[in-house]
Amino acid sequence: MNLKRTLVAVGIAAASSAPIALAQAQTVLTVVPHSNLAILDPIWTTAYMSRNHGYMIYDTLFGTDENSKIQPQMVDTWTVSADKRVYDFKLRAGLEWHDGAPVTGEDVAASLARWGKRDAMGGALMTFVDKIEAVGKDGFRITLKEPAGFVIEALGKPSSNVPFIMPKRIAETPPDKQIAEYIGSGPYVFQKDEFKPGDKAVYTKFTKYVPRKETASGTAGGKRVHVDKVVWNLALRDYQAQVNALIKGEVDIIENVPFQHYETLVKDPNVEVRKTKIGLQYMCRFNHLHPPFNNVKVRQAVLASFNQRPFLQAQVGVADLYKPCPSMFTCGTPYGVATGSDIQSKGSMKQAQDLLKASGYDGTPVVIMKPTDLSSIDKLPEVAAQLMRQAGLKVDLQAMDWQTLVSRRAKKDAPKDGGWNMFCTAWVSPDIDNPVNNAALPARGASTPWFGWPEDAKLEELRRAFMMETDEKKKIAMAGAVQARAFEVATHAPVGEFTQPLAGRKTIKGWMTHGLAHTYWNISK
Amino acid sequence: MYPFIARRLLATIPVLVIVAVLVFLLLRITPGDPAAILAGDAASTEQIEGIRKTLGLDQPLPVQFGIWALQMVQGDLGESYYYKVRVTQLIAQRIEATFSLALVTIVVAVLISVPLGVIAAWRFGGWFDRFLMGFSVFGFSVPVFIVGYLLVWLVSLKLGWLPVQGYKRIDAGLWPWIQHLVLPAITLSVIYIALIARVTRASVLEALGEDYIRTARAKGLPESKVLVKHALANAAVPIATVIGIGIALLIGGVVVTESVYAIPGLGRLTVDAVLARDFPTIQGLILFFSLIYVGVNLLVDLSYVVFDPRIRY
Repeated sequence: MNLKRTLVAVGIAAASSAPIALAQAQTVLTVVPHSNLAILDPIWTTAYMSRNHGYMIYDTLFGTDENSKIQPQMVDTWTVSADKRVYDFKLRAGLEWHDGAPVTGEDVAASLARWGKRDAMGGALMTFVDKIEAVGKDGFRITLKEPAGFVIEALGKPSSNVPFIMPKRIAETPPDKQIAEYIGSGPYVFQKDEFKPGDKAVYTKFTKYVPRKETASGTAGGKRVHVDKVVWNLALRDYQAQVNALIKGEVDIIENVPFQHYETLVKDPNVEVRKTKIGLQYMCRFNHLHPPFNNVKVRQAVLASFNQRPFLQAQVGVADLYKPCPSMFTCGTPYGVATGSDIQSKGSMKQAQDLLKASGYDGTPVVIMKPTDLSSIDKLPEVAAQLMRQAGLKVDLQAMDWQTLVSRRAKKDAPKDGGWNMFCTAWVSPDIDNPVNNAALPARGASTPWFGWPEDAKLEELRRAFMMETDEKKKIAMAGAVQARAFEVATHAPVGEFTQPLAGRKTIKGWMTHGLAHTYWNISK
Repeated sequence: MYPFIARRLLATIPVLVIVAVLVFLLLRITPGDPAAILAGDAASTEQIEGIRKTLGLDQPLPVQFGIWALQMVQGDLGESYYYKVRVTQLIAQRIEATFSLALVTIVVAVLISVPLGVIAAWRFGGWFDRFLMGFSVFGFSVPVFIVGYLLVWLVSLKLGWLPVQGYKRIDAGLWPWIQHLVLPAITLSVIYIALIARVTRASVLEALGEDYIRTARAKGLPESKVLVKHALANAAVPIATVIGIGIALLIGGVVVTESVYAIPGLGRLTVDAVLARDFPTIQGLILFFSLIYVGVNLLVDLSYVVFDPRIRY
């Protein structure tokens, strides 16, 4: 009897292990993303995790290559009318949604309309757009009211909010509501049933995806998928545990190597640490509504005192990973020029002190918000406070968690009533690399979309002129003019650039670390 | 006894109402706007305002509370702002991991600490007693995450015996389930071993000084029987109490342990919800934890009857 029971048990065990064996035959790439994935609508939020999720399942009309050049992606060919007001696009053959339906021009028109209502650059584009319409089954047309020089740049923008293309029925979701269906035409299919918030997100290869013939580069080129499944481990968020799991081989990639663990991972023989080609910029933002930063001279004094090197040494510490950069548009990009940056790049503490004296500063304390729980930027406010004190300002450094900071920075109240004077943050280069998408540059006073609310009509004029210009050489000069004016009125202070290292097992091949976003095509294991 | 249980169950209602009101108000006075968090870094003030409206956060507080209370009465804890999933569903997804960890931790802690405490009391003043007291101080003093990292470094990275992180559901197999729980449970149990062993030692020591122990020994009962049947049984009430408190304290302990070992449980969910100012999830979790506290306390009270027949309700 016992023997019989044992044999039955062995049989059941063997039968139940069969699917496991099949599952193990799949190639599964396990990734530890830089944060948790909560919101699955990359148009509704600007969160980078949602953007990266978007790149897994959606495709884009254009992509940005590693040299920051816009390249066609879903679009096959396009023409621009002689008066530069009509853009006609034709989609590539073979584009298909994950549910089997073909991608049409109507899908594109609906997707762009929704994106234009959420994204800052999309919104700027829509001020030029007369109409977007489908042309035939696989084409669409954008008709402008007046020429604009950034149509293709906007359609190919690589970071939040990326103009991902969704099926018409999904894209017709009101822009203030999140989508509830996750069907794309991108290289991976989102497995909604396996998604457990805070635990894991699973993507499987979309076998009908037709990649472009070009080599993958940035968010452009052929998105070839060589693994069956990508699993995002959303539970593993303790940095030390991430490093341990990578060393032990329990995960394949960690997207965000903390600077303090950089040397450890570099020395590990089974791990490869990579630096992204395109970096990030730290910036400190003034609140222009309240004293003392409603006084341009005080802001200029702060700019003069903000030598970037102390910020970078304190925050990053690893010399390989940072560099000072005078440009507001990040160095190494088409508009990454130094024009007009002398007040900061050649500034000195003496100059800062002189400017502050000339400003009539009355000793109003500067409230700096310091996020204590975000190790990636928590030292910047300390350095800012010290430099400002040396320049002669009174500083009130207030510690809080990041979520309190993001809530408080939206308040326009005076600092004594719960408002603020300064906070520091970091941006990925593609989010700030031109005068249209750089959120710190709009200067329309209290109606400025991003916090800090500077006001300067001339800066707005220069930005508008840049938007309308179609000649690339002229645009570079115009971007310089925008930047020079922004430094003159001291909209904000760029405080240096860095690259965020990533780490993966050496068994991973073809891994793309362009830095525009985290993307998982072209990768094999 | 049944009227006692009924009374205690009825008493949970005002407890939950008070907890609900307090949590609701505390969250509203805590700095941080869920809409700003959801909108992302580059969102404009208008977008944040739009999200506030969508979430109903622009409504007056009594209206917000009324909506939530009405849902709660219907057994619905609301929808997570952050994940757009029912809070009950979120709790259901995470409960197994946390309960597994708590259960294994308590079992490990009790199985180790009670015998240790009994032996220490029996060998009062000896080297074992002093060792246990020393260990207790260590167990209380060393933070959970340090124990966790040390165990991971030694057992997982150096010896390669167990995984560094993660959780496997029990339906994936008993061995993977145990494999992923051993280190977290040991990590978390250190403090409970220290606590329960100390209380067991003190209670048994007190019992060993009683007349009935002298009588038992005089009757010629073997020492093991004296210790277990007479001393430990009579010391069981305070031990049961401290185990009950331990189970309640575990809820706090799992937060750190779940982070160190990347276990997707209720502790981690609580941290995420607090950081994201996900009001419905925090409120739902705290109510759920309150229910557990009340339930555990009730069970502890009922266990007294088993351990001490003189107690009547």
